[in-house]
Amino acid sequence: MARGWFLPLAVVLGFVFLYAPIVSLVVFSFNESRLVTVWGGFSTRWYVALFNDRQILGAAWISLKIAFAAATIATVIGTLAAFVLTRFGSFRGRLLLTGMATAPLVMPEVITGLSLLLLFVSMELTLGWPAGRGLTTIIIAHTTFCAAFVAVIAQSRLRDMDESLEEAARDLGAGPVRVFFDITLPVIAPALVSGWLLAFTLSLDDLVIASFVSGPGASTLPMVVFSKVRLGVSPDVNALAAIIIAIVTTAVLIAGLLLRRSMRRPQ
Amino acid sequence: MNRTAAPDAIAADTKPWRDPGAEPFIGIRNITKRFDDFTAVDDVSLDIYRGELFCLLGGSGCGKSTLLRMLAGFETPSAGQILIDGQDMARVPPDRRPTNMMFQSYALFPHMSVEKNVAYGLLREGKSRAEAHARAGEMLKLVKLESLARRKPHQLSGGQRQRVALARALVKQPKLLLLDEPLGALDKKLREETQFELIRIQETLGVTFIVVTHDQDEAMTLATRIGVMNEGAIVQVGEPREIYEEPNSRFVADFIGSVNLFEGRAGMAAPDMMRIDTEVLGPVNARPRPGLTQGQTVWVAIRPERIGLSREKPADAANAVPGVVEEVAYRGHMSSYRVRLAGGQMLRVTQSNLTRDVDPISWDEPVWASFTPAAVRVLTE
Repeated sequence: MARGWFLPLAVVLGFVFLYAPIVSLVVFSFNESRLVTVWGGFSTRWYVALFNDRQILGAAWISLKIAFAAATIATVIGTLAAFVLTRFGSFRGRLLLTGMATAPLVMPEVITGLSLLLLFVSMELTLGWPAGRGLTTIIIAHTTFCAAFVAVIAQSRLRDMDESLEEAARDLGAGPVRVFFDITLPVIAPALVSGWLLAFTLSLDDLVIASFVSGPGASTLPMVVFSKVRLGVSPDVNALAAIIIAIVTTAVLIAGLLLRRSMRRPQ
Repeated sequence: MNRTAAPDAIAADTKPWRDPGAEPFIGIRNITKRFDDFTAVDDVSLDIYRGELFCLLGGSGCGKSTLLRMLAGFETPSAGQILIDGQDMARVPPDRRPTNMMFQSYALFPHMSVEKNVAYGLLREGKSRAEAHARAGEMLKLVKLESLARRKPHQLSGGQRQRVALARALVKQPKLLLLDEPLGALDKKLREETQFELIRIQETLGVTFIVVTHDQDEAMTLATRIGVMNEGAIVQVGEPREIYEEPNSRFVADFIGSVNLFEGRAGMAAPDMMRIDTEVLGPVNARPRPGLTQGQTVWVAIRPERIGLSREKPADAANAVPGVVEEVAYRGHMSSYRVRLAGGQMLRVTQSNLTRDVDPISWDEPVWASFTPAAVRVLTE
């Protein structure tokens, strides 16, 4: 059978195409040599060097703070948007909200970043807030596009959920707000956790938008890495990249597992 | 109760719908529900009395579930009024209504144990945790599930889930319990057992039940009265026996059980007999029915079990038609026959197998199908 060898070959080629760069990066992060492209034996010296680099550690801490805050706010906003879109039937401006909720997903990052920068500058001139750019502005910027991702995930889960669960709770004497917290939220919770994790990794990864809306003293990890690489690729960046890959992979895996578990109906 | 009361008075006591002076518990007045340009429920009026087990029966899309959801408060009527115990329900949200509902999907909260599911309604009522759990325990005992109180819904079988849903809907002692296809998801055997279980619980608690079902057997078994629905309207309301024996239309006759329907014209009428001239059966002798004019188009409806089969023409039969047995299906307690009449039409006949017939009527035999005037129901619509 022709299919006997074709399918495995296609799979192997596909995986090589997708993951060969990542694997080579991880391998070279354990390279003894200072030259990035020449193998000089196994070593963890670049990891040690990395953990002694105050600039990188500081940027990592800023990135984590931003990602945590942005993911949390985005989860709240995204969930509310999804709830309104799936449960309130048709209302004035529903179509507009549907479009707007998902627009940041398709908007080029450069445009999102530039428009947010212009907004922040003019807000500072007219309202006096936010004063200068830094942590706050990056958090706001990341929240906007993360909320869109959370909204999409929460929407699909809410559509999937048996609405008679909520009706049953109403029927048993719970008001609408009570129903949301007693029934809706626990049922969609796994999807929200996975949405949060996704938002967290997206925020951690972002370079373009952060570069636009960042200010002095608020360089995120991707910004620091990018500026280092521009001066020539140094092996400690490989080590850093390997660690980031590990964190992001773990988060995405957990998110995926949670999402799958919440989609599986207990029937 | 007055021991010397006439039998009629007793009947009115247990069958309040027969008493014109009885106060209905639920009044549905000219209820209409439109979704955009589709009318789901069309000007329905219905009185239901305290302690009844009322079945709304109809095919899918006939509006029975929409009517139930309007009683529960999940849908707002486009027009009309719903009264429960004399109180207008128009502005009462579902969480404030004296009703509870058992959902077709059961809608058990997946993240709560059986006990917590049942206690949920009591806690929302402001009962203490201890009292709520004690009452939930009692309710679970009534549905024989006390040993499974700590399980999660997904660890239960379909039948057990159904009973949890019932316990949860009953625990607040609603004045009115609404059940949407309560037995629809159970297999046949379990369904039959559960039907009687449902009646037992309803009689124990004395709650008024309104059951929505598409299953006519279920409706016949459960109901004190049945409301047959079609295309958003109530076609006929009556006790199961009335609905079966005295259907008011071809739709009801055909929907409940199986029936032979033939078109004809009203013929001569005598005080104790009238004739319907049909093309297929020839002249049919029926009980006189007032209000028919001669020559009017009517339909005769004859239940298959009311027709006798014999090899010889019965001498004294009021109605007898010849035919040939086309098909026989032996179904244990009875046999179904399809008899081809002279014009080619089929007549459905069922015979109960009370005795073991040594020489049963079989395929391709010429037979006579006979029925009494009382077996013929004359329908005008």
